[in-house]
Amino acid sequence: MTDTSNATRLAELRLKHGRPPASPAEPSAPPRDKDLRKSQPRFRGLEAGHRACQGCGEALATRLVMESAGPDVMIANATGCLEVFTTPWPESAWRVPWIHSLFENAAAVAAGMESAMKAKGHRTKVLAFGGDGGTYDIGFQSLSGMLERYHNVLYVCYDNEAYMNTGIQRSSSTPHAASTTTSPSGKARMGKRHLKKDLLSIIAAHHIPYAASASVAYPTDIRRKVRHAMETEGPTFIVIHSPCPLGWGHDGSVTIEVARKAVQCGLFPLVELERGEVCNVMPIRQPQPVSEYLKLQSRFRHLFNDKDPRALEERQHLQALADHNITLFNLRGDQADPMDTAGMDTVRRGGPVH
Amino acid sequence: MRQALEGSQAIAQAVSRCRPEVVAAYPITPQTHIVENISKLVADGVLDTELVSVESEFSAASVILGAAAAGARAYTASSSQGILLMAEVLFNISGLRIPVVMTCANRAVSAPLSIWNDHADSMAVRDCGWIQLHCLDNQEAVDSTVQAFKIAQDTELPVMVCMDGFVLTHTLEVVDMPEQDLIDRFLPPFKFQRALDPKRPITQGALVSPDFFGEIRHSHHAAMQKSAAVIESVDADWAALTGRRCGGLLTVEGPADAETGVLALGSMCGTLLEAMETLPMDRPVKLIKLRCFRPFPEAALREATAGLRDLIVLDRAVTPGLGGTVGTEVKGTLYGTDPGPRIHTYAVGLGGRDIPLDILPDLVATLDKPVAPFGVFDADLEKLAPEDR
Ligand SMILES: Cc1ncc(C[n+]2csc(CCOP(=O)(O)OP(=O)(O)O)c2C)c(N)n1
Ligand code: SF4
Repeated sequence: MTDTSNATRLAELRLKHGRPPASPAEPSAPPRDKDLRKSQPRFRGLEAGHRACQGCGEALATRLVMESAGPDVMIANATGCLEVFTTPWPESAWRVPWIHSLFENAAAVAAGMESAMKAKGHRTKVLAFGGDGGTYDIGFQSLSGMLERYHNVLYVCYDNEAYMNTGIQRSSSTPHAASTTTSPSGKARMGKRHLKKDLLSIIAAHHIPYAASASVAYPTDIRRKVRHAMETEGPTFIVIHSPCPLGWGHDGSVTIEVARKAVQCGLFPLVELERGEVCNVMPIRQPQPVSEYLKLQSRFRHLFNDKDPRALEERQHLQALADHNITLFNLRGDQADPMDTAGMDTVRRGGPVH
Repeated sequence: MRQALEGSQAIAQAVSRCRPEVVAAYPITPQTHIVENISKLVADGVLDTELVSVESEFSAASVILGAAAAGARAYTASSSQGILLMAEVLFNISGLRIPVVMTCANRAVSAPLSIWNDHADSMAVRDCGWIQLHCLDNQEAVDSTVQAFKIAQDTELPVMVCMDGFVLTHTLEVVDMPEQDLIDRFLPPFKFQRALDPKRPITQGALVSPDFFGEIRHSHHAAMQKSAAVIESVDADWAALTGRRCGGLLTVEGPADAETGVLALGSMCGTLLEAMETLPMDRPVKLIKLRCFRPFPEAALREATAGLRDLIVLDRAVTPGLGGTVGTEVKGTLYGTDPGPRIHTYAVGLGGRDIPLDILPDLVATLDKPVAPFGVFDADLEKLAPEDR
């Protein structure tokens, strides 16, 4: 009895935050022409020809998000690599309405845009984009406020685990022991002393309808999560692990492999949360040792110095963090599953799994 | 309709009748009553707006930025620390040329902590690229608020309406509240050419290289200068409709042949006007009431000061190490005018100190002496240790 009425009350509360039903705006279909690439049915919200580094995970992740989000969107973008490489005036790589204001206010600007849409009775979905610096650190307050006030905004954090735009400085998302220009390794220090902030748990504490982590290694998974978020009324949040060849110190051709290994070793678990509860995870078919991931990147090079006893110790710390994630989210799959880290690997398999 | 209203209540009603589509604000004394009154109008169903109760002034400014960029009429209000917390966004709003309106309930800036009035907040952001209007009384604050929405819309520039905290915001005065239909006739629905719209995607806030930056700043400066004419014509249109003026860019009161002038802004002007009318004065004095601080009305100022032998400029804020902002700018504007007035610059009424009527004769009495350096006119140095004087 109590349970039912509580559920009813909660449902009412959610409805209250929602918008009055309106007829969805007709999204204009992208024009087709003979050029094969251009005639792809996908919506190219982010055009090619921008100025990201080769193999930039953030650029790839954004393209995937835009393909799934479609044309009836508008974007508030925080300061960072994505803003800089897509909009060198008078050029722009965006085919959707896009605004950059500042480093720490993408969520608040998006909240304003969404309020305007609400006031005008338009259904255009507002997206906010930020790097990990703009999300985990300086923009965190405005993000929390936007989620609490229940704006109908999808916030996407492109997590490349440092301030890349300003030259690879540590953020609260930088993994433990990673070397950055403000957490360099040296005689006295083994890279970053602190742990990567568990942002998703803090987001979960806002009890928003949907939050997820994703990785550029799993494009089909990104598309599914973005579509789900787009259909969800209310605030949603997706953090996408996006390797940065420049900042992580790996070749631009192995971005996907690096991202994949981060997921397969358990350091970057792919999970989904509804109203703060974990509702889905991507099981790991065969957990890889963390060192397989670390050794691909020069930001962890100091952890492979056999003469330094601290190196092994820090590798063990990172392994313990990965193992903890695997236990916490129950990531170890019992058997081969089309939805696990191998089954969902559409990049390696060359297409989606059905 | 003429009503006795607290300043903040009057502003809330005036804002409400301008039909903002999005209001975002964060409470701070002495602006609080404005937000509270707007919230009450929303709760009572009088005002239909998206009221966004943000978690900081930084977000308040960011929300109205986003709202106006997306094509909605947007408003906020703040004071003091709130204005400074917003500072980065204020520059951004004007650089993006986004038309929004903000009330600044002027208050001193900490430290030392003071909740009372001076102009340190709006002066600190004088370079943020906003139009800045100052109000003599609550009637002017109401009228300027309505005008501000029109000016913003016509110039595509943000407008800050400054009213002295407590002195105006918390004072009950009789104001003639413009009726809804009158405001509707004066202020058409919000239209913004560059609004974000999926049917016509544009990019706002791109990265600008040295090849273009100077030109873009130039055009911002030029737009500010051109806005002076709009500010004057909007005031004239308002006067045609209501019979009330706010004083365009600046106004001159008092005997035309006076060789002594006092220049001030905000509620100080009310005090000075009353002093001019009621106190016996050794010599005729005229008041130059500076309404529009940005754009700075250089030509009008030169005209208003022509023939003056002495000009006293009163600031309600200090630029430590230099003097008063307005005083310095007046000196700069009048540099080279021949024969220019002797310019005496002072700060008064800091951190809420009352400005008494007899400050005017006291100021005029100094004119017989050589021009003194800038100082806080009403500071009692006896209260300070000798080494701090
Ligand atoms: C208030 C403020 N402080 C600092 C900066 C300088 N800044 C610009 S981008 C950036 C780092 C961006 O890092 P992140 O958000 O992780 O995005 P990325 O460039 O890595 O994609 C910094 C520190 C700024 N623009 N504004
Ligand atoms: S520095 Fe890193 S995040 Fe920035 S564009 Fe290059 S690869 Fe992408």
